[in-house]
Amino acid sequence: MRFMAIIKATPETEAGVMPSNELLLAMGKYNEELVKAGVMLDGAGLQSSAKGARVAFSGGKTMVTDGPFAETKELIAGFWIWECKSLAEAVEWARRCPSDSDVDGQIEIRQLFEIEDFEAGEGVDQHHKVAEQMAKS
Amino acid sequence: MTDINQTIAALWRIESAKIIGGLTRIVRDLGLAEELAQDALVAALEQWPREGVPDNAGAWLMTTAKRRAIDRFRRSRMMRDKNAELAQELDAREDVSVQLLEATLDDDIGDDRLALIFAACHPDLGQEARTALTLRIMGGLTTAEIARAFLVPETTIAQRITRAKKTLRDGDYSFDVPHGAARHPRLAAVLQVIYLIFNEGYAASSGEDVLRPQLCNEAMRLGRILAELVSDAPEVFGLLSLMEIQASRFAARRDAAGAAILLADQDRARWDRLLIRRGLEALARAQSLTGSPGPYQLQAEIAACHARAISAEATDWGRIAALYVRLMVIMPSPVVALNHAVAVGMAFGPAVGLAHADRLVGEEALTNYHFLPAVRADLLEKLGRLPEAADAYEQAARLAPNQADQAVLLARATTCRAG
Repeated sequence: MRFMAIIKATPETEAGVMPSNELLLAMGKYNEELVKAGVMLDGAGLQSSAKGARVAFSGGKTMVTDGPFAETKELIAGFWIWECKSLAEAVEWARRCPSDSDVDGQIEIRQLFEIEDFEAGEGVDQHHKVAEQMAKS
Repeated sequence: MTDINQTIAALWRIESAKIIGGLTRIVRDLGLAEELAQDALVAALEQWPREGVPDNAGAWLMTTAKRRAIDRFRRSRMMRDKNAELAQELDAREDVSVQLLEATLDDDIGDDRLALIFAACHPDLGQEARTALTLRIMGGLTTAEIARAFLVPETTIAQRITRAKKTLRDGDYSFDVPHGAARHPRLAAVLQVIYLIFNEGYAASSGEDVLRPQLCNEAMRLGRILAELVSDAPEVFGLLSLMEIQASRFAARRDAAGAAILLADQDRARWDRLLIRRGLEALARAQSLTGSPGPYQLQAEIAACHARAISAEATDWGRIAALYVRLMVIMPSPVVALNHAVAVGMAFGPAVGLAHADRLVGEEALTNYHFLPAVRADLLEKLGRLPEAADAYEQAARLAPNQADQAVLLARATTCRAG
């Protein structure tokens, strides 16, 4: 099963403070370990919300707001996609993530939906549609 | 299962291959190394629920396993001390072993995992033993899980693993990573085992047993580990690419009834873009390493042709047909020839494809293979030779592996009969 490990933003990441060289090195080694374990599928750090934008939907209309956004705790600063056997395994990998001792960080772990998870509804219809097409062709 | 047990299981999965790998190199005995590592696991199961999980749990497990190993060396040395017949020479060697053990286990142990993969996939072991041992040691699956995934009794798997470990112990095999020419046959065996594990999971019909799709994930994980550790072998990336691209179609390849959906009819929106991207990256890596692709890379290139096509119509069948010709040269097989016939039919018209497919009729390896009559039926239908097409569909239905596929083939036969 796949998980997204979400690194929450901090005032530092939002201020665009670059990580120290030690932390950058530790992160590199940590990523190497993730890759060597065959766990890491993808991942990236995100630039501060000041360089981003939000697109809001309401009543069928859209509204665009440029960053930065105020509520730092709800923003994210980076993510990984991991292939793990269980949530417990993903948690164990997250616990190994290096961090600066003087910064309060947080990693949130969420399981990805796989397409199979949707089969009860629309997915089944889609399957039937394809099967019909195949019978006709 | 309590939370702490889940944590310990997760830690075991992350750490066990490294610990067992490090110990194996020293004690030269895979069975003993596994036993020592499991002793450490048992100690964790006893202590952690009481005292909490230590911050650096991996190091804790490693240190504990190391102490067990040293204890064992010292105990056996004491026994030998008592035995006057044993020469001092042995003592000296044991001392060296203990020192070596202590030194090695303090090292960073990156390559021990690789040594373990090569040991578990030793060509002298039977293929089934290699598969079971790889999954047990590298995949972290239990004997019971492996048995369920391969639909055999647990005792059978346990016996295979025990025999494999005995073979490795008695054969005095090196548990180091082979170099140069010695690596080639071992690497081929490693790739074969990983692909075998993947196919075991991929061929299984979807849903019923979660362990079989899990085998695909384990095989891909092993492939990714191998690609990280052996970064100069093109076929390693070829195999990884093939697996990632094939796995990207997992959700689209069967209908609700479990019947196979042909590539052309699959809903491409259901293909996993992340896996496709990873597969194409691995293929590019393989291509950068060699100008003469091996069988895994060629199959990956064919898979990539499909993955790159936005729609079935956009598929570059000419290129696929050419790739199959190259594949037939280095890996001749009737199944490859049949796939080539399909590609030729798509690229150059059904009449040409049928001529190729007809040449395979009577091929012994394809006698009970439902795809041959199914392919001929499809080509005959396209040529408007409907009664012959209906006969071939019915023949294919008789050979089809499951009822869902039978139903689809019979429906097409009926359509052809109706004209």
